[in-house]
Amino acid sequence: MALISGQAIYVIWLRDVKRFIRARSRLIGNIVQPFFFLSILGFGLGTAIFPGIPSGYRFIDFLTPGIVAMTVLFSSVFSGVSVLWDKQFGFLQEVLVAPVSRLSIVIGRTFGGTTTAVMQGFVILAIALALDVKISLIGLASGILFMLLLAFAAVGFGLVVASQMEDFHGFQLIMNLIIFPLFFLSSAVFPLEGLPDWLKTIAYLNPLTYGVDGLRYSLIGFSSIPVLVDLAVLLALCAVMISLGSYLFSKSEA
Amino acid sequence: MMRLDNIALIHVENLTKVFEGSFVAVDRVSFDIQRGEIFGLLGPNGAGKTTTVKMLSTLLKPTSGTAEIAGHGIIDDPDAVRRSIGIVFQDPALDDELTAHENLDFHARMYNLNRQQRSERVGYVLKLVGLHDRADLRVKKYSSGMKRRLEMARGLMHYPKVLFLDEPTLGLDAQTRRSIWDYVARLNKEEDVTVFLTTHYMEEADFLCSRVAIMDHGRLVVLDRPEDLKSSIGSDLITLECSDSGRFAERLRKEDWVENLKLHAETMIIGTKHSAERIPEVVNIARDVGVRVTSIETRKPTLEDVFLYYTGSKMRDSEPNTVDRMKTTYRQWARRS
Repeated sequence: MALISGQAIYVIWLRDVKRFIRARSRLIGNIVQPFFFLSILGFGLGTAIFPGIPSGYRFIDFLTPGIVAMTVLFSSVFSGVSVLWDKQFGFLQEVLVAPVSRLSIVIGRTFGGTTTAVMQGFVILAIALALDVKISLIGLASGILFMLLLAFAAVGFGLVVASQMEDFHGFQLIMNLIIFPLFFLSSAVFPLEGLPDWLKTIAYLNPLTYGVDGLRYSLIGFSSIPVLVDLAVLLALCAVMISLGSYLFSKSEA
Repeated sequence: MMRLDNIALIHVENLTKVFEGSFVAVDRVSFDIQRGEIFGLLGPNGAGKTTTVKMLSTLLKPTSGTAEIAGHGIIDDPDAVRRSIGIVFQDPALDDELTAHENLDFHARMYNLNRQQRSERVGYVLKLVGLHDRADLRVKKYSSGMKRRLEMARGLMHYPKVLFLDEPTLGLDAQTRRSIWDYVARLNKEEDVTVFLTTHYMEEADFLCSRVAIMDHGRLVVLDRPEDLKSSIGSDLITLECSDSGRFAERLRKEDWVENLKLHAETMIIGTKHSAERIPEVVNIARDVGVRVTSIETRKPTLEDVFLYYTGSKMRDSEPNTVDRMKTTYRQWARRS
């Protein structure tokens, strides 16, 4: 069979986007939660002084790229893991019995998950604009690039998780034990400068740190890591996650 | 392609699946299916029917043995096999959030149909299963019978040669079941598609199938046309329950009107002609050998009897309990005499 089937990739992507738009409650939940984070944390901690935030930037400016990254991250991981959903509801069999390579299925899913994640990222950006956060329009292009890479890697991670689980029960555990700590230790909600050395080390081993930093550089114009390093780490992460995700997915049986 | 006319559309040879190193789910199963048939694999839950379907549809690799569908080996060329078959799984495999039309479009693109084929085919298959006026309704609004029909339509989208139906009426009420049967018979005829179905409903196999293979504990027990299966165990049956059946059976086997006789614990099945007229004789013989008959019944053989005859056990979850039925019949018969 053809390794890459354009029509299959397109229709798997299309299905993800349609489902995303139709699942109103999920859509609202996915936007309201980051909105709360942004407004409550943004204004609640707005008067605090953090080392590592250059003068001229408010805390909410610093926070916005972090919350965009959070939205993209959570949504993409969930997209990857939702393979389990299809498994539970039987739809996965329909996909797996078609004369389509597993690679095409993974690519379609990844594109779908990435698209919906980036769409949500944009909604958060719009909210941030409404909250008077100054977002650099020139940096938006590279911001999109970082969102895409982050989403790719996270969908891949979701697929890896899904391949190791039978149903959704373990998902909450993964969220609490892996995703949340990684998110909080990624400079998304506070700068790493004030951390003790051991936590700082962990933060710099956390690939998400580079995604958040790259996004922050793009959107509001400052970063604590050279942006090319951010880009390199994220590219490597994508490569690893997507290949691991497709490898494990291709081995799973219907 | 010409040679396909002469050989079987599905050729299965010693197909075997062993799970976890020891559990033999399917045990050296062989059969041929001709073009145009409605072939039924009949057996209780856990007999290995679904595993067989999964191997034939290339979702599961056989431990040993082979099969060919439309000339393509399931191991050598799974992709060609997949293109030649449509399948309706035991559990619904539709996307509830999408409309019927979108589900079919998804399928069509997965099977790489071009734009013209897609638009033609969607309308056609929906009409075939009577859902054309519900095409734009989301599937979550469908009843379970409608979902089944939609899945059958979807299975036909890509012009398959064989349509697999794994327990097509499981969990449906009697009326819906009948309507599904009509649709299956109709698309077999109108679409000229060979149907391979699995079921544990005797009546379903009897009503629909041109040939039935009975499967139990992973093995193919017997395969024939339903009417031949039934007549193979006698044109009429006397079923009776009695004590000490061994001696009784020996004595009965000497009678020349007894075509065949099978013993299963306390139940005895006698195949014969004009069974009703033989009942007094059976009862007399029982009295002679000192055996007490607790119930006796005569009837035309059903596939249930065929199953019991060849496997020695009842279909594990067949509906009205046979023993209860026999007891009722005996009471009625006793009152009459």
